[in-house]
Amino acid sequence: MATLETRNLGRRFGPTRAVDDVSLAVGDGELLCLLGPSGSGKSTVLRMLGGFEPPSAGAVLIDGDDVTRLAPERRPTGMVFQSHALWTHMNVFANVAFGLKLRRLPRAEVRRRTEAALDMVGLAGFGERRPTQLSGGQQQRVALARSLVLEPKILLLDEPFASLDQHLRERLREEVREIQRRAGITMVFVTHGQDEALALADRIAVMREGRLEQVDRPEVVYRQPRTEFVAGFIGQMNLIDARVEGGRLFAADMALPVALADGPARLALRPEDLGLAAATDESGARVLRVTDFGAHLAIDLETIDGQRLKATAEPDAGWMAGMRVALRPRRFAVYRDGHLCPMPAQRAGDPPVSLQTLVAGQPAATAGQPVWHHHQH
Amino acid sequence: MIARLGLPRRLDWKGPLIATALSVAILLPLINVAVWAFTEVWRYPAVIPQKFGLRFWGDMLARGDVREAMSTSLSLAAIVTALSVVICLPASYAFARMNFPGRNLFFMSFLTVYAFPKFGLYITIAAIFIGLGLIGNFWGVVLIQLVSTLMFMVWIPVTAFQNVDRRQEEAARDLGASPLRVFWSVTLPQALPAISAAVLLTFVNTFYETEVAWLIGAPEVRTVPLLMIRFINSELVVQYGAILSLAMWVPSFLLLIAARRFLGAQALGRALGA
Repeated sequence: MATLETRNLGRRFGPTRAVDDVSLAVGDGELLCLLGPSGSGKSTVLRMLGGFEPPSAGAVLIDGDDVTRLAPERRPTGMVFQSHALWTHMNVFANVAFGLKLRRLPRAEVRRRTEAALDMVGLAGFGERRPTQLSGGQQQRVALARSLVLEPKILLLDEPFASLDQHLRERLREEVREIQRRAGITMVFVTHGQDEALALADRIAVMREGRLEQVDRPEVVYRQPRTEFVAGFIGQMNLIDARVEGGRLFAADMALPVALADGPARLALRPEDLGLAAATDESGARVLRVTDFGAHLAIDLETIDGQRLKATAEPDAGWMAGMRVALRPRRFAVYRDGHLCPMPAQRAGDPPVSLQTLVAGQPAATAGQPVWHHHQH
Repeated sequence: MIARLGLPRRLDWKGPLIATALSVAILLPLINVAVWAFTEVWRYPAVIPQKFGLRFWGDMLARGDVREAMSTSLSLAAIVTALSVVICLPASYAFARMNFPGRNLFFMSFLTVYAFPKFGLYITIAAIFIGLGLIGNFWGVVLIQLVSTLMFMVWIPVTAFQNVDRRQEEAARDLGASPLRVFWSVTLPQALPAISAAVLLTFVNTFYETEVAWLIGAPEVRTVPLLMIRFINSELVVQYGAILSLAMWVPSFLLLIAARRFLGAQALGRALGA
């Protein structure tokens, strides 16, 4: 049971700012995913939370206490490393029991709790094995058990499943979620996989070049990305160069009504928000490829001006390569200078535009201001 | 693999051939020495000695100078190795893990000792030792032998410490271990095979070292190799040389066996750079 907070956290490596002005608050029992491409500073944030990296600026608070200068062994945090970092000169039991022995617990209790922890991660009876005799997934489970056995207030996981195959990763992900819910541990989970973040997180903090781009619940990050970067990084997104002229946005054969000043802009359109209709003539976009994923069709399109787009459709929609289609966007967003443009809801008197209903109620992106969210339970 | 299993197994003669040639080249002189050590009479052109016996062993072990040289050599090697461990291991840890001004320069200066012709260096040191009264002195020999051990006892452990995974150390810190505890429970055990190999090499090298012991120690400090030289120079009896060789071989052989049992052949081989 613990809360975690960072205030204007920063870390420089020489001239580069690996982490810059990161302010986060993780609620009690919450699972926060730090998501970003490699080199975005997410692992450095985690290492500062664990005490392995001294911040060059800002503070780390656990349950309101400043732990910024505390050594790792004095923090109530447990860390699971990407490389699992098991001690190869000890067997599995000794690895897991290490922390308990340090606390000078009675031998019987050490045994009981170690076996319980191994049981929890599905490795009962593996105590006598060497870490090198285990598979990658088993090794990572041992690493998890080694941290969990101490019942840490806060568990930090640094891309723990990155080296595992898809199936195993999904299974372990579910197990971690299950353990987290059951034990009510506050978790910070670093990943560069958007699927993992969307599947696991109570909230996602998207990082880019050391800074926070957006901190929100998964569906909000997906549905209402505040910046063009988040829009492009999470999920599939058609990002199209566009221009606004006289209240209409022109992009790839489409003309959409917008309440924006004239000038260049970027149109963001999810494949599932791009509706298709059969074109009556040869002027529409051409279907390049249709891939049947069972639950939906993925359709690659090329517009008249050579723009490649992706759309999805119902499996029985009957689209085939070579067909001509008209584009019918259902939802879209517009970005300028990388930030989401605020667009007022359409006035009631406007003539109905056949193409779209505008995205309404999106909050404005406020450039430069730290993203500051408290999680609500 | 599968293809090979399918084919009729062809005998590969090259492997056994090379093994035999190597064995002959390496083992024959050793066997010769071993046979000589138990020989009382062996006249040309006989292939096998005419008379075996332990007479010369009795002669050798009864001699005070042999026993004294043996104990001098053993204590010299043990003391030098122990001192080397005490001095070099912390130094190599510092080189591997800490950052201090002049670190690289200092590290290289350790190793450049080996870029010079050693004997020239020792002559210079000997000149200084004369002024200090360390010539012909046991501790003088200990001191200069220490210099020769730096190579093994700094370089090998530095590499070993550098190869210990930082994350493994951090994981231990994370679970509540102090830095000292981390060193004792994680870093040292991980580096131990390589360090043992370094200790082994140091002991064996010091035990067999001849030229420096002669330059600094003679005539008061007599080690087994020096005694052998005297036998060869003054009273050439082949059996004496052979018996001394065998006797000298025993301590390093025992050490090697112990290291193998303790560490396993694989770890030892890895540590030695295989």
